[in-house]
Amino acid sequence: MRPSTVPLSEVAVSKTHGEDSPYFAGWKAYDEDPYDAVTNPSGVIQMGLAENQVSFDLLEEYLEEHPEASSWGSGISSFRENALFQDYHGLKSFRKAMASFMEKIRGGKAKFDADRIVLTAGATGANELLTFILADPGDALLVPTPYYPGFDRDLRWRTGVNIIPIHCDSSNGFQITIEALEAAYSEAEVAKMRVQGILITNPSNPLGTVMTRSVLELLLDFATRKNIHLISDEIYSGSVFSSTEFVSVAEIVEARRHEEAERVHIVYSLSKDLGLPGFRVGTIYSYNDRVVTTARRMSSFSLVSSQTQKMLALMLSDTEFTERYLRTNRERLRKRYEFIIKGLKSAGIECLDGNAGLFCWMNLGPLLEEDTREGELKLWELILQEVKLNISPGSSCHCSEPGWFRVCFANMNLQTLQVALKRIKEFVDGRKPKN
Amino acid sequence: MLKSSIAGTGVMSRSFSPAAVSSRATSMYRSEHESTNHVGQSKCSDDPYDRATNPNGVIQLEIAENRLAMDLVKEWISDNVKASLIDSDISHLVPYHPIDGLLELKTALAAFMGQVMLESISLDPSQMIITAGATSAIETLSFCLADPGDAVLIPSPYYTGYDRNLKWRAGVEIIPVPCRSIDNFRLSISSLELAYNQAMKRGVKVRAIFLSNPSNPIGNLIDRVTLHELLDFVTEKNIHLVSDEVFAGSNHGTDEFVSIADVAHTEGFDKTRVHVIYGLSKVLALPGFRIGVICSFNEYVLATAKKYARFFSVSVPTQRLLVPMLSDVNFALKYIEIKKKRLRRMYELFVEGLEQFGINCFPSSAGYYCWVNMSNLMRSNSEKGELELWDKLLNISKINVTPGSECRCVEPGWFRICFTTITEDDIPVVMKRIKRITANNKD
Repeated sequence: MRPSTVPLSEVAVSKTHGEDSPYFAGWKAYDEDPYDAVTNPSGVIQMGLAENQVSFDLLEEYLEEHPEASSWGSGISSFRENALFQDYHGLKSFRKAMASFMEKIRGGKAKFDADRIVLTAGATGANELLTFILADPGDALLVPTPYYPGFDRDLRWRTGVNIIPIHCDSSNGFQITIEALEAAYSEAEVAKMRVQGILITNPSNPLGTVMTRSVLELLLDFATRKNIHLISDEIYSGSVFSSTEFVSVAEIVEARRHEEAERVHIVYSLSKDLGLPGFRVGTIYSYNDRVVTTARRMSSFSLVSSQTQKMLALMLSDTEFTERYLRTNRERLRKRYEFIIKGLKSAGIECLDGNAGLFCWMNLGPLLEEDTREGELKLWELILQEVKLNISPGSSCHCSEPGWFRVCFANMNLQTLQVALKRIKEFVDGRKPKN
Repeated sequence: MLKSSIAGTGVMSRSFSPAAVSSRATSMYRSEHESTNHVGQSKCSDDPYDRATNPNGVIQLEIAENRLAMDLVKEWISDNVKASLIDSDISHLVPYHPIDGLLELKTALAAFMGQVMLESISLDPSQMIITAGATSAIETLSFCLADPGDAVLIPSPYYTGYDRNLKWRAGVEIIPVPCRSIDNFRLSISSLELAYNQAMKRGVKVRAIFLSNPSNPIGNLIDRVTLHELLDFVTEKNIHLVSDEVFAGSNHGTDEFVSIADVAHTEGFDKTRVHVIYGLSKVLALPGFRIGVICSFNEYVLATAKKYARFFSVSVPTQRLLVPMLSDVNFALKYIEIKKKRLRRMYELFVEGLEQFGINCFPSSAGYYCWVNMSNLMRSNSEKGELELWDKLLNISKINVTPGSECRCVEPGWFRICFTTITEDDIPVVMKRIKRITANNKD
């Protein structure tokens, strides 16, 4: 494409969005040659998209049984209200339904106040919005690695804020340590960047693990000591295989009777747990009044349509449905996870012990020709081109240890997953392991 | 729980509060709190007028929403029940879709807007980006066309929302280019030139001109000659031109609406500097659905805006729901025609009503509002006098209107008063309320 003759902004022409990374390049390869069991059985299988399709049938069933949820605002009489409603506070009924859904996910171990919920068009928008509010251009957020590649864009691109990685490695299952935290903070200081907060994803993308209570306590203590914010992106909280294992930062806040709560903010979305990315529903939950008010106003740039809010308010207040959905979804994800782990094991591939999410964190270190980022990318390229699987290389998640890959297992049916596992096994069998 | 202190201390320092927020958040917070818009809205929501249940409530004449033809939309829905339901086949609704809007929505919108603009232009779906309302479109273009600290020229008076949309996150400065009553509030190229040169002298980079056509808050239309001159100007300076045409389809008079895209196309200008904004909030009274459109002829801008779309993408079920209605040509024609008639009627009644008090409305042929000169009711010919009058209108007449100073009008005494959120029967009520002030004034 020829550059524009009329100059554009620097942000527009910069590459800070990070969309040139292999993470996104693999999607392109899939788009050009997508697998289909019947029409294109040798196509690329998409294992790089963290989407949840295992519980679609439950949603379909709900919509069929509740047509009022999917029309122009549940009947003609409320059409007018719906059409005109553009209040950035968001529909109260929807926020209440969201709050109670979030409570349900946490097994009632934390309470959420509907008036602290700010709605945005997706978690992408929520993360960016929080960054605009909590940090100025040139400031830094500390983010544990490996992290979701989209953060490079969502947290940095238009905000001008920097990400300083908190390095984690396999020696302790990629958990955050105080040493790593301190090191990251010092790195920012040396670079003369003001650290405004820590952003964690819990359960973690790409690791597929939940954070322990003690690490969460550590993080909140550190944030308090340094007087910075703590953002917890909990968009996979409803996808923890065993409901009792997840500890939300909200629980820590409550256990501490809301002391220092003003620095804690939670991001949530329905895209993962409920499998509704097309609905563009994200939320910011903040214990800080000023942040709530400011976020609400700034959310004007990405409001959720009234019609969608109405529809979801109905669905999420249906306790019978949500309880059944959460229970069934967890169970199916767990089964999928076990299936893929077993399949990978039989191919001689180990994964990190996971307990949540739509993916597993796979170790292909033994297959690398060289134990470097380049070696990892070479292997990734090979797997994409020859094995025809799109998986996400750890380097695009800023993992400091080469050889790790994120593999999604919930965005396809079981048969496709079986085909993928077969291909992997054949590939591994055909390669000599490194000495 | 301790609340952080917020009294005008600039950026909250670390020693006062747990974890400061950004300075852009702080300045945004303060500016919002102080605006008349905020105050007026609160009074309206606390005590809303209703002819039956709360006849003494505050009448909202500040929101430029057209409710005059909503019955037509309702009628369409009840006549087209099947098309009004979302397909329960989840695979159509749920997975990730093109982030910048469904092709079928763009196509339907292109057809609908074509009708609205009487086929004077034809929109190309491949040059459209769907945004979460026009608010989002304006901000997005700011991010595309200018860097923080850069400026855009905007003829004033202008829509109060521009200050937020350009400054809050994109950090773009607005240089107002005043238009005056003596010129019938028409934009003069020489004032643009002056403003441009002054900015350059100060070391501020001007990246674009933003304007609204039909104009908000004036309601006038930019004629073909001026559009041509504008295009000459931006070509010469090599800057962009953003035409906010969200009020297209609100013309009720005899003047013809001409889109900048029409002129750029027919007169052979380089269209890569021209960008147009549309939205369904005004033309179809569906602000709740959050549908805005950026039309650009610049591939680079389209590609960038598409990447930005991740931050403001519109819900797929909402998009799908709108497609059948927007594609219904008969509905579009009927809607446009009836709406125009009703608008004209309300406009005439309103103008007539105000004339009895010797209050003149600027003769406009578009928009959902009158641009009204109430300077003879002010105690002093100043912004202070205007705000005092605004306050009286809100607290004595109990009507919420927009003072010209909020729109950066340089002449005190002008107000934007919307007439499309009320019915014909409410007009005498509004006039009676205004009388409370004009009567007082005579004493």
